[in-house]
Amino acid sequence: MAGLATSFGAGAASNSFNQIGDADTIFVIGSNTTEGHPIVSLHVKKALRKGAKLIVADPRKIWLAGKANVWLNQKPGTNIALLNGLIHIILKKGLENKDFISKRTEGFKELKEKVQEYDPETVMKITGVPEECLVEAAYTYATSKKSMILYGLGVSEHRTGTEGAIAIANLALVCGQIGRTSTGVNTLRGQNNVQGASDLGPYPNLLPGYQQLGDPAVRARFEKIWDVPIDPEPGLKFPHMLDAAISKKMKGLFILGGDQAHTDPNIHKVWKALGSLEFLVVQDLFHTETTKYADVILPGASFAEKDGTFTNGERRVQRIRKAVEPVAGMADWEVICKLANKMGYPMKYNHPSEIMKEIASLVPNYAGISYERLGKDGIQWPCPTKDHPGTTVMYENVFARPGGLARFVALDQIGPGEETDKEYPYHLITGRVREHYNNGSMTRRSPGIKELVPEELIEISPSDAKKLNISDGEFVKVSSRRGKVTVKAKVTDRSPKGVVFMAFHHQKVLTNVLTSHHRDPYTDTPEYKAAAVKIER
Amino acid sequence: MSDTKWKVTINGIEVECVPHETILQAAKKVGVKIPTLCHDDRLEPYGGCRLCIVHVKGVPRPLPACTTPVADKMDITTDTDSIRKIRANILELLLSNHPNDCMRCEATGDCTLQDLSYEYKVDGKRFEGEQWDLPLREDNPFITFEPNKCVLCGRCVRICNEVVMAGTIEISGRGFDSIPETSFKKPRTLDNCEFCGQCVSTCPTGALTDKRGRGKGRSYELEKVRTTCPYCGTGCNFDLNVKDGKVVKVTSALDAPVNHGNLCIKGRYGYEFIHSFERIQTPLIRKGDKMVTASWDEALDFIASKFKSLIKKYGENAVGGYSSARCTNEENFLLAKFIRTVFKTNNVDNCARV
Ligand code: SF4
Ligand code: SF4
Ligand code: SF4
Ligand code: FES
Repeated sequence: MAGLATSFGAGAASNSFNQIGDADTIFVIGSNTTEGHPIVSLHVKKALRKGAKLIVADPRKIWLAGKANVWLNQKPGTNIALLNGLIHIILKKGLENKDFISKRTEGFKELKEKVQEYDPETVMKITGVPEECLVEAAYTYATSKKSMILYGLGVSEHRTGTEGAIAIANLALVCGQIGRTSTGVNTLRGQNNVQGASDLGPYPNLLPGYQQLGDPAVRARFEKIWDVPIDPEPGLKFPHMLDAAISKKMKGLFILGGDQAHTDPNIHKVWKALGSLEFLVVQDLFHTETTKYADVILPGASFAEKDGTFTNGERRVQRIRKAVEPVAGMADWEVICKLANKMGYPMKYNHPSEIMKEIASLVPNYAGISYERLGKDGIQWPCPTKDHPGTTVMYENVFARPGGLARFVALDQIGPGEETDKEYPYHLITGRVREHYNNGSMTRRSPGIKELVPEELIEISPSDAKKLNISDGEFVKVSSRRGKVTVKAKVTDRSPKGVVFMAFHHQKVLTNVLTSHHRDPYTDTPEYKAAAVKIER
Repeated sequence: MSDTKWKVTINGIEVECVPHETILQAAKKVGVKIPTLCHDDRLEPYGGCRLCIVHVKGVPRPLPACTTPVADKMDITTDTDSIRKIRANILELLLSNHPNDCMRCEATGDCTLQDLSYEYKVDGKRFEGEQWDLPLREDNPFITFEPNKCVLCGRCVRICNEVVMAGTIEISGRGFDSIPETSFKKPRTLDNCEFCGQCVSTCPTGALTDKRGRGKGRSYELEKVRTTCPYCGTGCNFDLNVKDGKVVKVTSALDAPVNHGNLCIKGRYGYEFIHSFERIQTPLIRKGDKMVTASWDEALDFIASKFKSLIKKYGENAVGGYSSARCTNEENFLLAKFIRTVFKTNNVDNCARV
């Protein structure tokens, strides 16, 4: 989320899902919303019923592309060129919001100079999108009263994910399509609590609430309540912990509820790293690829077995409530407390609401949140005080950056880390299908869902299938520079020529042996959306 | 948006309204209940069943509350003798082609038709009519359709086409034979249905029910626990339905802030993993190639001593922790704290990138 934080000051969606239905134009980029976020897509459908215009940028002919006024069928990994190109057209036609730019932003001159290089012809060459589509999209987005952007993992899961988000922010700022209801830049995040885990969670260089570890005043506040000195030196990010494990510097690891040996890209390396550890503890609901490496496995409690909160993609903090007893008798938070006590640090919470109290005392955006206040509607942060109603529209008057102005950043198009070539001529995009979720450990154990989608498929275009002499339902071998899998082919015109698609929900076909080792250097987000592969019968 | 405010009277109670509001919406604001059958707040006003008819002063015929917009100074009565009679008649007609099956019906206690029949004291015996005798359909994993219980309110068809835009079902056939069906009466598969269950959630009778929850308890036996979906970042809310310590189904929360009662296949039907026999039941400790069951105390003591000795031998920075975007806010915060206060290192990260 470094992208939006750079432009606006906070790494979160600017508006609320309920406002989608009232937008005049919706621009969906890098999100197969109907599959990845089905209920968000219902809001988009509502807007369509009310006559909103729809712009879709996606290499694949997703369902929304079929409903769009303009479909920008870009080549994979060309988001920045595309967005720069739209800004180019907007400036050339004088459709920018001059008042907004001058009053609420900085850095416009640099952006203006940079996007001059991205004339429609150049952009067409890079992205493959015809000029008239670019012009129509630019015009529609810029001239609608309320234009709202929804973007998904098709933007973030590139090595240029951070830049991609900034390029989107640039577009919204140029047109002043932010800071009002039914406008803004809204990320659609993958896992249920990505937002909450980022807000409060464990980072090697940040304390909860995105607070700088290096700042002595911040440390002092935490040290006072936690009653331990905190080391100002940042620790290792997960990929570097893996490196350290391989080089034998990292010895012990505690993994809470993650299946990195399935969902991380380039998993051969993950396997090697986990295998090199002296001691690995994994807490999870099910046996996974990761628990295979564990020295101790602890049973996790499912969402139905504990109290707590999740924060959704529009910053809404909402309750989960214990409906049944934990299978193994203890919820995850109780386990952490008990282990802390055994290791000599007292953690004495009787209930997650008491943990939230501590969060509120340390994290400014959550300061006004408590279980008593989280009724059936939850609260959208920022919620700085006990009587603050929460925030549905961010940046109405000021941006969250020091000085209160949003910032333009001039960007160059950089392609995917791995381009296709003679040997590996197909571009593999990975993602989700609606019916399953991530490593599938939950959905595959829900019998009806398993019955409907029993196996992994690779989606391939009819023309490529013909060229390779592959028929629908036939097994094919897919390999990249890193590994090989065998998977059933699904011939569909959702895939354009040269692009294939796979999900990663099944243990039998570990898609991530194929995916790229490239990562976004700012966030370490893996480039799940671009790997070069070859396909053989 | 204009700021026009209108004064409307409902059963003698004054209520302030804005243009385009319907009588039904106005009544709701002051807590006046008007019976409805074909209406769902998620759908466009339809006006099919006529059960919601009300009397408007100066208008000779009764008007449907769900489709009639309010007008300034409108004077509305929702419950007169003549209106009650018309409603009872409509119900009698519906019941005349309805199986007398409440005692074993899945929807008993959660059925608008049953509730209204009770309220209006009708049993369908007044009109003898031809009755449907169509077979039950459940040739798919999630949705059971008992066509004989359908009152043709059209809600399932409208929610599927208007809201979900899946176009799975349509009213097929004519007159007495019309029925909501998939095209060509094909079984539901992923090719024609999303299995979002919106149709089930809106059906006011027992015609559409959740197959996997059937026979596991009626609405009034089930404890409903409001919660947030554990799958994607949309944050839909729903109710876990619990009986005897087991989650037996998921039902819609119509007042949910994000999803307003709608769900996708994962949220509505992805709950059975909770009681999967494959869940890890106890802590397990590796002994050679085998994982051996252990008590919590054994496992946690072992973990504590192991990490302590690693830290002693190699230093704090040789250990670390990693948490997941699936865990709660409290657990993520706690892990961040644990690693720093107990392990005393900053080697802590989470997968919240995607
Ligand atoms: S489950 Fe959803 S898609 Fe299928 S018929 Fe019902 S409403 Fe339509
Ligand atoms: S199946 Fe249910 S929702 Fe559909 S028309 Fe019949 S009664 Fe109405
Ligand atoms: S019900 Fe579906 S759309 Fe809603 S949060 Fe769950 S997975 Fe996401
Ligand atoms: S509820 Fe108004 S006509 Fe059916």
